[in-house]
Amino acid sequence: MDNRVDWHRAPGPFAAILGPPLAWFLLFFAVPLAVVLAMSFGTNVGVADIAISGTFANHARTLEPVYLGIFLKSFAIAGAATLLCLVLGFPLALVVAFATPRARTLLLVAIMLPFWTNLLIRTYALMTVLRDGGLVNSALETLGVGPLPLLYNNFAVILGLVYIHLPFMVLPIAASLERLDRSLVEASLDLGASHLGTVLRIILPLAAPGIMAGLLLTFIPALGSYLTPDLMGGPDSQMIANVIERQFKRANDWPFGAALAVLLVNLTLFALALQGLLRRLEPSP
Amino acid sequence: MTTAPSALAPASAVAAPAARPIIEFRHVTKRFGPVVAVDDVSLAIAEGEFFALLGPSGCGKTTLLRMLAGFETPTRGQILIDGEDYTRAPPNRRPVNMVFQSYAVFPHMSVSENIAYGLRMDGVPAAERRARVAEALALVQLEGLGDRRPDQLSGGQRQRVALARALVKRPRVVLLDEPLSALDAKLREDLRFELSRLHDRVGITFVMVTHDQDEALALATRCAVMHKGGLLQVATPADLYEFPSSRLVADFIGSVNLFEGRVRVDESDHALIDLPEAGITAWLDHGTGASETVQIWLAIRPEKMELHKRGTGAPPPVMEGTPEGHNVVAGTITDIAYLGSESVYAVRLATGKMVRVIRPNLTRWDQEDFTWDEPVWLGWHAEAAAVLLQ
Repeated sequence: MDNRVDWHRAPGPFAAILGPPLAWFLLFFAVPLAVVLAMSFGTNVGVADIAISGTFANHARTLEPVYLGIFLKSFAIAGAATLLCLVLGFPLALVVAFATPRARTLLLVAIMLPFWTNLLIRTYALMTVLRDGGLVNSALETLGVGPLPLLYNNFAVILGLVYIHLPFMVLPIAASLERLDRSLVEASLDLGASHLGTVLRIILPLAAPGIMAGLLLTFIPALGSYLTPDLMGGPDSQMIANVIERQFKRANDWPFGAALAVLLVNLTLFALALQGLLRRLEPSP
Repeated sequence: MTTAPSALAPASAVAAPAARPIIEFRHVTKRFGPVVAVDDVSLAIAEGEFFALLGPSGCGKTTLLRMLAGFETPTRGQILIDGEDYTRAPPNRRPVNMVFQSYAVFPHMSVSENIAYGLRMDGVPAAERRARVAEALALVQLEGLGDRRPDQLSGGQRQRVALARALVKRPRVVLLDEPLSALDAKLREDLRFELSRLHDRVGITFVMVTHDQDEALALATRCAVMHKGGLLQVATPADLYEFPSSRLVADFIGSVNLFEGRVRVDESDHALIDLPEAGITAWLDHGTGASETVQIWLAIRPEKMELHKRGTGAPPPVMEGTPEGHNVVAGTITDIAYLGSESVYAVRLATGKMVRVIRPNLTRWDQEDFTWDEPVWLGWHAEAAAVLLQ
């Protein structure tokens, strides 16, 4: 469009608006990331000193089977949690998008309500529900079903991740469904499709951008999650962030921790690139 | 305001090939909370008709159409399609298909996939599906565009896809929701002819909703004029225009000059009506049947009024079929709108009443005949006026 405001013609205000957030971003994101990257090429000399020696030893170590196994497991757990979020979140988003305006506001508030509580408190709250003498298990016991191991295993980690990340799946899908032209849904019904057929053939494909956004917003933080596997996981539910934390703290091996962190960032970028590639391969917009 | 279905039986309609109506609304009422959108409407539409529901926005015409499609359920009353009760049937089980105002062409499917969608839902085998899609594409003159994506089509082409998608299912009735409103003027005229042609060719009953009276008059074989949820008049376009049943209809269909009046003489072959707003007594070439004690309105279309020169003491002209001294009134031109094919004149009468007159510009110099502030005689023939009782 010709009449669009071109901010490049007003470099002063442009710089004034862009400057502070850019400085913030450089200082607190780009610089620490560069430090981590540099450190991953370093060696421990003494207890607290690291020499940036340019060695690839740390990176080579990250490819050892033990660590690759943990990476794979992290992908599997985060992937399972993301898929569960999609299965639960899509119907929920459908309900939100097609509710009356009043009900929609109430539902959105209900979905976002957990955000107002600290993550740690939310996790402990979920644990009290799942633990042996907790709500679920005491209810099961009165029904005669013995206490189930709902905590301190991979299942618990996936459940916790779903609980935390569900809103990140629901909100972008609901937003894309709200933009959907309702007459498309009516046209599908008018042409003889069932309600389920309309969801699968019309609504789902047209909500694809929202679903894609939801998948990314859920998968990336789930992949790097630390607190949930730490608190709710069992001895073998370690995710990659827990291993990184251990290198920085207990093992006091910062260069190796940094190398693991760099690998995690690279894998995340790879997943993003793959998603972009898949989207470009699709024939339709 | 509502007319009983018997009075609307298609006996008088232009298109009445079947005795049994294909669509019947029986005392249908629809409420949205406290709002009555459709108020006790009874209406019969005959097979093969091109029926228009005409009215201003909010008159209930769209709600009536959506109840026919199954998107709304009547609060009271019955809807019959081909003699069967479809009042509560869901939209996917009705023998009707709709062309949406926004066209609602599925953006993630090609033109052919859009048209095939309804057939696929009906379980039509692939080979027959292909043949019928090709046939439908030809019908709406979109041959060769089957592989296009909707975003590669113009508005007019999208509208044709929507039409083909509805027609390919061979429904008993096609519903059209403001079919031409999203198109620009030139395209609208082309598609108007095309819709007419399509209707003649496929022989399916069309029911159209529109707020555009030109569209309704041009396309429909019969029109229902709606107002505040009720039917004002159901008639052929010509009857609506020439014999409106009320001021609302006269005013909504085209433009009209309305004079308050009272019948003074009412004989079988003529009537005299006092028009205080014009300061004269009008002569009508037929009886009115109206009581002399009630107020009536005389409606005269702008194109049925004549302008004559009044300057330099020209005597009042005598109107056709009218005794001297009637149906002629003095006025002054206050405004002229030149519209190319015709000109619209605003004339102020001695009483202060404003009257619109339309004259066709038959020759290239016609529009110069009358000018601003020119004194004129305004007249109309004995058969030109319609008497309205409400």
